[in-house]
Amino acid sequence: MTNNQNQVAAKSGTMPSRAAVAFSHVLADLGKNGIFIALVAVIVLFAFLTDGILLRPQNISNLIVQNGYILILAIGMVMVIVAGHIDLSVGSVAAFVGAISGVFAVNMALPWYIAIFLSLLVGALVGAWQGFWIAYVGIPAFIVTLAGMLIFRGLALVVLGNANIGSFPAEYRALGNGFLTDVFGEFPVDPLTMGLAFIAVVAFIVQQVRTRRGRQSYSQEVEPLAWFVGKMVLVAVGVGFFAYALATFKGVPITLIVLAVLVMIYGILTNRSVFGRHIYAIGGNRHAAELSGVKTRKVDFYIFVHMGVLAALAGLVFTARLNLAGPKAGDGFELEAISAAFIGGAAVRGGVGTIGGAIIGGLIIGVLNNGMSILGIGIEWQQAVKGFVLLLAVAFDVFNKRRAGGREA
Amino acid sequence: MSTNILEMRSITKSFPGVKALQDVTLEVARGEVHAICGENGAGKSTLMKVLSGVYAHGSYTGDIAFEDEVVEFKDIRDSESKGIVIIHQELALSPYLSIAENIFLNNEVRGFGGLIDWNKTNSEAAKLLARVGLTESPTTRVLDIGVGKQQLVEIAKALSKRVKLLILDEPTAALNDDDSAHLLDLIVHLKGQGITSIIISHKLNEIKQIADTVTIIRDGKAIETIPKQDVSEERIIKDMVGRDLEHRYPDHTPHIGEEVLRVENWTAHHPQDGTRVIVDNVNINVKKGEIVGIAGLMGAGRTEFAMSLFGRTYGSRISGKVFKYGKEIQTRTVAEAIENGIAYATEDRKTYGLNLIEDIKRNISMASLGKLSRFGLVNDNEEFKVANEYRASMNIKSPTVLALAGKLSGGNQQKVVLSKWIQADPDVLILDEPTRGIDVGAKYEIYTIINKLAAQGKGIIVISSELPELLGICDRIYALSEGRITGEVPIAEATPESILKLMTMEAPH
Repeated sequence: MTNNQNQVAAKSGTMPSRAAVAFSHVLADLGKNGIFIALVAVIVLFAFLTDGILLRPQNISNLIVQNGYILILAIGMVMVIVAGHIDLSVGSVAAFVGAISGVFAVNMALPWYIAIFLSLLVGALVGAWQGFWIAYVGIPAFIVTLAGMLIFRGLALVVLGNANIGSFPAEYRALGNGFLTDVFGEFPVDPLTMGLAFIAVVAFIVQQVRTRRGRQSYSQEVEPLAWFVGKMVLVAVGVGFFAYALATFKGVPITLIVLAVLVMIYGILTNRSVFGRHIYAIGGNRHAAELSGVKTRKVDFYIFVHMGVLAALAGLVFTARLNLAGPKAGDGFELEAISAAFIGGAAVRGGVGTIGGAIIGGLIIGVLNNGMSILGIGIEWQQAVKGFVLLLAVAFDVFNKRRAGGREA
Repeated sequence: MSTNILEMRSITKSFPGVKALQDVTLEVARGEVHAICGENGAGKSTLMKVLSGVYAHGSYTGDIAFEDEVVEFKDIRDSESKGIVIIHQELALSPYLSIAENIFLNNEVRGFGGLIDWNKTNSEAAKLLARVGLTESPTTRVLDIGVGKQQLVEIAKALSKRVKLLILDEPTAALNDDDSAHLLDLIVHLKGQGITSIIISHKLNEIKQIADTVTIIRDGKAIETIPKQDVSEERIIKDMVGRDLEHRYPDHTPHIGEEVLRVENWTAHHPQDGTRVIVDNVNINVKKGEIVGIAGLMGAGRTEFAMSLFGRTYGSRISGKVFKYGKEIQTRTVAEAIENGIAYATEDRKTYGLNLIEDIKRNISMASLGKLSRFGLVNDNEEFKVANEYRASMNIKSPTVLALAGKLSGGNQQKVVLSKWIQADPDVLILDEPTRGIDVGAKYEIYTIINKLAAQGKGIIVISSELPELLGICDRIYALSEGRITGEVPIAEATPESILKLMTMEAPH
């Protein structure tokens, strides 16, 4: 019965009151942002369980720095998953690039920016290598990246030659544990941090207002003004609180700046760009995309190049944070990144998923890790709990879709 | 024993917010072929799901009496145990299993120790295959036989369950004329063996041919039940759409101009087997404002020709020349073909035409994102506006353009596909089975759209397995047989017989 939905919609369209319309928008937003509410719930739960330790400035700062590399990987992973692939190699690639960066920055003592640039280039080449096998030879990504997982872990060990590389230059280390602070002198609340937060909020509101205006000028339906303003206020309060916490600690982590820039770039790429549309089209129906003129192979190839660069960046951030390139680096990263994408609403069959969702999924995992560590829960239970959360999140998603009528394929 | 094998009395079935069936009564006489007609979404499938227990007893109101006994089916196994078997439009066979394995799937022939007795399985399967007129070995994989034969395997499977009432949902939708005819013969043959059939079909000529009684359903209500002697296509159509359709094809006065597209010596080989010629030296041309038909049996190479032309999406070792307005063009990739003004709307919307989990808007813009974007960024608002224009002009029935393509009916899905290609602004549109699986009312709308496109000066190529459709809308028809053009007939001289003769003639070598 394909027509039911339409008929239902048509029937409920008989002059509903304004309040009902407004309420339906709020409900729709909540439904769409269920994962965000889950994040808030997890934060509230652990804030309560840890007697507020979770929300202490130092801990909030740690949360970002400790999870930065997973979030960076999640950004790439969600694109890979939307296109209907998977990447199991990102942890090994991160370790490999971390090791190589050690060779560049420490052993060869190249300037830090050249070392970083070359490392990212290596990431791109790794991505191109895997993309070639997947896109142009036609081997499933699962196999190619499973092989990559072994290959690049092995190569990381080869590069390291049975030793760790440490003592990275300070500028390099800043990637992982540097802070942007005290530019204007020392204050109890860092003005730079608050200033950046203020600019970010203003930019966000301006962007939202412009989108809204744009929609109105094309006479599309927009949400009620009160709810719109309410949301903006919520965002401002949330960011304000977050920034205040950072400002009273050490300021803005460099990792956060890197992340913010990535979210912005990849948000636009997936949402607004033709390349992004092609990713979703391929994931939704590869044949149809191909017959609509989408160069599916090229898109597949470049998705993996992006993933390679992001995996390299994650490797750099992780290495910088530990000030050490070691053989065990990046172990299990791929699973956390994949979990983040799925918890964030990406569909196993492809075609569905967002950067924002993956980031929130990654944060949920991060808060779980962090909260349970504060509570002194052992690593064994942490693993099990994270497994349950992944299962529940995807089950909830499946249930939600079924209730909404599901996809008819 | 009453004469009716089945009586469904006052069946009402509601879904949240909508009544799918209202007080429907259906009486099927023992040993007849009973056809059920109705537009997509009229409630035919729902009625059959109620009957077969897909919707369990209790989820609907009303009674079902089967063989004079009131039955309350909880699920499909319940109804099958009574001898009611439904064969769905989308075949439910497992491609990598053999015919015999499929026939006895979940009903395996057990031997010693509960293990499967393969000898008996295969010999029983062979007997069932003989009954449906199949000579294939029972150990052949289903994958290796055509759709027509797969349909017969489904019927053999039904026979293995000692079927008394066989329900066929659009059994010939995917079959060519030969296979269809064979299937219809088989249904009549089974009738002789005392098996009652309910057949759901869009094809009015088939219904007229084999049905003893026809029940028409519209908007969840049974409109009327007509005995064989009173059945006419006009009456069925009138009942189905609730209004008279004066003509099934809209009027079309062609304004034919210069030649838009000419294809010369087009040859394509099988993608796996490079020695097998599938499209053989085809020469065709289309003029501005002209609607050209390609008629051919299934397997004649119609779709293969179109797809090999459209970005080489089918075949290997493709050769030939393509000219647009007399100038040679290349169509080596889909992007290149689109750029050069050629569009191809596939015969299989769901698999090749649409992203079902994406909204109408994004499906429409898919082939023309370049036009809707600047510096690689898509203008969302412009896209929305364009999609809304198509929703209005093509009469796509949906609450908004944000509805998912997968939620639309076949006719509306096809309109989305057409919108996508019109938005790409091609000079030549190749439409492969543009009205397959679409109800009568929506068909008329699609024909109107095709006429409008021709009137705008586009060249249209229509590939169809329905001859009346080609005769109804085309200005000129090519016949294709075994990959070769066997004739070209202007519409004034075309008759069903003449085209059919060309379609079935052995191609000259």
